[in-house]
Amino acid sequence: MSQLEVSYGIASSPTHPPVAIDTTPKKAAPKRVRRVSLVGWLLPAVLLLVWAFAAKKELVAAQILPPPAAVAETLLEQVKSGELFKNFAISLARVFGGFALGGLFGVGLGVAMGLSRKVEQYLFPLFNAISQVPVLGWLPLAMMVLGIGESLKIVIIAHATLVPIALNALKGIRNVPRQYIEVAQTFKFSNRQLLRKVVFPASVPAVFVGIRYGLTQAWLSLVTVELLASSEGLGFLIVWGRQLFQLDLVLAAIIVVGVVGLLLDKSLERLEARLLRWRPTATWSGQPEPQS
Amino acid sequence: MSQADSAASSAAPIQVPAWLRGWLVPLALVAIWDLLTRFKLVNPLLLARPSAVLASFKEQLAHGDLLPQLAASLERDLAGFAIGALAGLALGSVMGLSRLADRLVGPTFHAAKQVAIFAWIPLISVWFGIGEPAKVVFIALSAFYPVVVNTFEGIRSVGREHIEVARVFRFTPLQVFRKVVLPGALPSIFAGLHLGLIYSWLGTLGAEYLLAAGPGIGNLMIEGRESFQMAKVLLGVLIAGGVGYGLNALATKLEANLLRWRVRSA
Repeated sequence: MSQLEVSYGIASSPTHPPVAIDTTPKKAAPKRVRRVSLVGWLLPAVLLLVWAFAAKKELVAAQILPPPAAVAETLLEQVKSGELFKNFAISLARVFGGFALGGLFGVGLGVAMGLSRKVEQYLFPLFNAISQVPVLGWLPLAMMVLGIGESLKIVIIAHATLVPIALNALKGIRNVPRQYIEVAQTFKFSNRQLLRKVVFPASVPAVFVGIRYGLTQAWLSLVTVELLASSEGLGFLIVWGRQLFQLDLVLAAIIVVGVVGLLLDKSLERLEARLLRWRPTATWSGQPEPQS
Repeated sequence: MSQADSAASSAAPIQVPAWLRGWLVPLALVAIWDLLTRFKLVNPLLLARPSAVLASFKEQLAHGDLLPQLAASLERDLAGFAIGALAGLALGSVMGLSRLADRLVGPTFHAAKQVAIFAWIPLISVWFGIGEPAKVVFIALSAFYPVVVNTFEGIRSVGREHIEVARVFRFTPLQVFRKVVLPGALPSIFAGLHLGLIYSWLGTLGAEYLLAAGPGIGNLMIEGRESFQMAKVLLGVLIAGGVGYGLNALATKLEANLLRWRVRSA
């Protein structure tokens, strides 16, 4: 990479309004391996010690901050009783249901808008307007129309997934370098060949960024929906613990939510690396020069 | 571009001018919506008429109920954003400038970031109650993460060679920071602030749903839902979207203005 172009490359300037997709954390820190050195354990260890100390000396009431041991115990107990796994399975099924639905429509919509200016001109403004309303904004409306059953969760999650995926698919297709297409035309590729051999492969990385971001959003919305309207699932576990004033349960569930979120993202990262291995250099900097 | 398009579509029997195209689908949807409700094809409880939404808007506006609620939402949104953004700028810069700080705090930060943000709300409600402080804390938290990440990445992305040049010219560390690092990192920092602003609006709505107390747009919608006034809910959705759009447009504009000094490398 030439040194001169490095300087401003990274920032995910949210060129597109609502979801600001192409974004930051993932792509921006690509090559630097985040090796957790020993120093990284220092802060958590200190925090844990302070927490344990405060709990032991009863500096804070157990209802406000239960001792770490109690949290670990609750976590174990939940695992043993199978309660945790049951709720986890329910949550996961919802996420994948909504994600699959939203992803399918999202890719379809994004590709259609990417390939045809006309489709884009007709649909994009509406799509844009809808995506301006945060997922949470739709929630009361969706609750009235769909009730608080399973379909509510699926629809909300699908919506949260659809927006980033569609946007990135659109961008990915639009950003296929002109030169590639010109070369293909020189070789007299048919339209179909052009799509299969040039446009789709070239836009896969962008689509994948969208898929990863979509899954993150799906997980986030799942927790939110379950907090608000659910009688099972990880989010419900948190609410329930809160209502019983069992903060150990709340904290245990929060830990699980974090770990699952991390695992989902990491596994997609792996998958992405594996699927994109055919690319000679796996450095798609993420922001090719926009083709006008 | 529009020329090329109209040329392409000249084969079509009816020419739709490009500017109109984006409006067609929404207009058609509103028309269908109106027809469905006018002829009572759907339960009016589930879908209020467009005119009812408008009436509700007028009524809320006249009663003076809407503006205070909107103001309350915006106020806590901006308060939370300000706190979260400042804290985020501080942590992001420290992590960006010092490798030690990054190694020390980074892993904990990235682990905490993995927890879906709304999952913190029950804890926050225990620690801060369900009043204004709790909401502001939560909104600050939602703005905090993107600002930290982007500030950090922005500072780290400043080219080594730029810093080396500055060293050759014997810049003091402060000068290096002010004249090289900061300008280089600024676009990314603004991107983070922009994202933070969007997230904090999302956080505001979430806080108002989940910590339901006091006025706000979120409460307007909850109220509407509980009393089954669909028009009120739809109004809330429109306002939530409108505010999000406005904040976003404002940020884009500010960003473009503030970064005008940048030499476009195009």
